[in-house]
Amino acid sequence: MKQLTKNEKLEIIKRHTPKSKTLRNCILAGLIGGTICLVAELSRRLYLYLGVNKDDSTLLASLTIILLSGLATALGFFDRIGRHAGAGTLVPISGFSNSVVSGAIDSQSEGYISGVGIKIFSVAGPVILYATVSGVIYGLIIYIIGGISAVI
Amino acid sequence: MKRLIKLTTPATIRSYSAVGGYEEGRGPLGKSFDHIDEGCLFGKDTWEKAEAEMSRTSLNLALAKASLSHTELDLIVAGDLQNQCVASAIGLSSFGTGYLGIYGACSSCAEGLVIASSLLSQEGGRAAVVTSSHNSAAERQFRMPVEYGGQRTPSAGWTSTAAASFILEAEGSLGEVCISNCLIGRMIDGATTDGSNLGGAMAFAALDSILTYFELSGESASEFDYIVTGDLGKVGSLVLGELLSDALPAAAPRHVDCGNILYGGQCDVHGGASGCGTSAAVLATHFLPKLHSGELSNILFFSTGALMSPSSLLQGESIIGIAHGVKISRTDFLSRERSSGV
Repeated sequence: MKQLTKNEKLEIIKRHTPKSKTLRNCILAGLIGGTICLVAELSRRLYLYLGVNKDDSTLLASLTIILLSGLATALGFFDRIGRHAGAGTLVPISGFSNSVVSGAIDSQSEGYISGVGIKIFSVAGPVILYATVSGVIYGLIIYIIGGISAVI
Repeated sequence: MKRLIKLTTPATIRSYSAVGGYEEGRGPLGKSFDHIDEGCLFGKDTWEKAEAEMSRTSLNLALAKASLSHTELDLIVAGDLQNQCVASAIGLSSFGTGYLGIYGACSSCAEGLVIASSLLSQEGGRAAVVTSSHNSAAERQFRMPVEYGGQRTPSAGWTSTAAASFILEAEGSLGEVCISNCLIGRMIDGATTDGSNLGGAMAFAALDSILTYFELSGESASEFDYIVTGDLGKVGSLVLGELLSDALPAAAPRHVDCGNILYGGQCDVHGGASGCGTSAAVLATHFLPKLHSGELSNILFFSTGALMSPSSLLQGESIIGIAHGVKISRTDFLSRERSSGV
């Protein structure tokens, strides 16, 4: 039997591996992601209509999407939408909510400390860490530029 | 000892059973399962406990079919995908018999059949082989939280929620189904580090085991109704098909894969079924009933395993494939074969 090299094996696997349907995925992501953003915008206008100020209504719109995504995850149908929507549900804050809630649901069988407490951010952890780090770096840049421009 | 073990006394498959979850129930083999739990929890409150319960239920069903009590078992050989092989241990601890817990990833079914039938051939007695996998328990351990809404790649397999048990005996009679040859697989580098393409990685091990079997046994592929692999799925079957066409053309048209059979063409499972329960459940619900009815008389059954962990993949180690195999035949076919001096 002929011994295949690692590269030959990878080549054979690649030849038989179906590619993701990029166009279909992009269209579905656009439509479903767009719908999520439409819901957010409608809720923002509702809060404005109800007399909430501009800044707070934007914040409340984000919270609404977080709440709805968390509910959809807990009721068990977020993953069914997500498997078709891909980036459409992942990119808006809905994806962040889903990753936290799904982690929490999953790990409750190991208790609230060793289970939920440790594993709730098992997926969202990198986002939280690197968002915080980016915030610090961004803040430092603003501080330094602000300092320089004040001197000049 | 050689890698091909020709059993002096073939091990008879006295009875078998399979239990499954929702996806397995609505697949083409759904009606052949002995028990389907659509909620996939089997009366328990966690996925891990459900898998243990599946092992226990399937072994009880197989014992009941053979009108046997658990005290009449000498040995249980069992494996699953959970860390420390714990579903088998917890599910089967109450049977109070000799126990060998094995881990061969998804090759565990054939690995168990190899170990049990070889021991029976030497020592006599009665043994059970039990393997299980649970989709949600495996998702949690190997991939993402169960309710995480990510998009799966087209090559990704779907870990089956299934458990199957086989009762093997040293003595057999005409018309029954038995294991006569066992092949111990080699570990073959699957080259890729892509955890969502296990089938492609395992295909090379399947090829090695199939070619080794025919080389060492002197048998020809045309004697078999099917050459069955465990859970290569769509990608792995295509890879193996290409390699077999070159290396052993007579074997290629006889190849079928349990990962493609379990769910048929259902859309959500993408690359096909995987998991320890897949090859075991398809053997118990598809091939063994056909062997018992006489529709089939001789198959070569390989379970394929991807030896890896989430950490090994993240550390850049490629997936190691393995495939163990057993020859399963009707006893009357085997006696004809032996009398004709093949």
